[in-house]
Amino acid sequence: MAGNAEQTNTELHIPEAEHGAGFPPFDATTYASQILWLAITFGLFYWIMKNVAVPRIAGILEDRRDRIAGDLAEANRLKEETDAAIAAYEQALAEARNKAHGIAHETRAKLKTDQETRREKAEAELGEKLKAAEAHIAGIKTEALSQIGDIAGETTSALVEQLIGKAPTKTDLNKALKSAMN
Amino acid sequence: MANDPIHQFEIQKIFPIEVGEMDFSFTNSSLFMVLTVAATCAFLILSTSGRGLVPSRLQSVSEMAYEFVAGILRSSAGTEGMRFFPLVFSLFMFVLVANLFGMFPYFFTVTSHIIVTFALAMLVILTVIIYGLLRHGLKFFHLFAPAGVPPVLLLIVAPIEVVSFLSRPISLSVRLFANMLAGHITLKVFAGFIVSMSAAGVAGVAGAILPLGMTVALTALEFLVAFLQAYVFTVLTCMYLNDALHPSH
Repeated sequence: MAGNAEQTNTELHIPEAEHGAGFPPFDATTYASQILWLAITFGLFYWIMKNVAVPRIAGILEDRRDRIAGDLAEANRLKEETDAAIAAYEQALAEARNKAHGIAHETRAKLKTDQETRREKAEAELGEKLKAAEAHIAGIKTEALSQIGDIAGETTSALVEQLIGKAPTKTDLNKALKSAMN
Repeated sequence: MANDPIHQFEIQKIFPIEVGEMDFSFTNSSLFMVLTVAATCAFLILSTSGRGLVPSRLQSVSEMAYEFVAGILRSSAGTEGMRFFPLVFSLFMFVLVANLFGMFPYFFTVTSHIIVTFALAMLVILTVIIYGLLRHGLKFFHLFAPAGVPPVLLLIVAPIEVVSFLSRPISLSVRLFANMLAGHITLKVFAGFIVSMSAAGVAGVAGAILPLGMTVALTALEFLVAFLQAYVFTVLTCMYLNDALHPSH
């Protein structure tokens, strides 16, 4: 009888347990264990994340960001230096060009004035020589012209003598010459 | 009962521990919590042990997870919200890895139990309430009275806000739990069809191609859901934490 009672008890107990475990997520008897183990595992997980994993990854990312920022700053600095060097070079070049321009200009002006004075001097000399030559020519010319009258007179008297057999008188000859030469 | 779709959610005791009336046994659920935590910690710590300026592949996975969660938190709770980063990151990684572990055949899905997801949701909500009250005192209750609402309307709006606040832990936990549960049941049901149909001769084997295709497609979908639910849980956590930081919206 006692064994029978026990049997009925287990028989009663089994469907109850099956009912409880009918749908495991709603079986409240497992809740305590799940909450406890979740608290333990998630608590530990949170602690490890907070104290180890997150600071480490954050550190890695921070280092990288710093490094990149540093590199960019360095690149910027170098670029500025290069720009400054280029500007200095440009300025030096412009100065040199200006200087060269000035020197060329000065030289040209100097050469020009030099040439001018020399040319003027040469021209003056030439003018003087020309004047002397002209005077000389004029002298010769007047001399020649004064001799022309005599030569023409002689030639005329000779021609007239040949033509008419008698030499013209000096006065006639002179008169004729004068009218012919005018 | 290999074909029972509910069987996979059963809690089995590994080391029975009982304190008085309470049952704190180490179960398969506890085992997978431990495995989830151990695997995640091991991955995150080992992959970043090189502290490479140029990350290795595994290190970049850890960094991506970090940047991903940091991006979510920063965009919904601002830089001030970064003080909650360890909590949010832990929640995301724990839920994600627990969900993904559930995708292995014969593995237990920790997040398919409402009590686990509810406990995580309560952790978030209690953090919001306690931090909100500590930081803003009674001003924290401005949360229920949005600025710019006429006093008459406030009589209607405030109760709605209270109800929506109270339903947060429920919606947050039920969403994750139901998604994981329903997905695994569906997967198991379709996989069960393959077995039972192919037992019915040549025509059955030919017909079993259909549920096989479904099972393959559902497996892919479940991987998506596993990630998506972890993401949704994280996004909502961040939005609730934003309420703790800035109660007057």
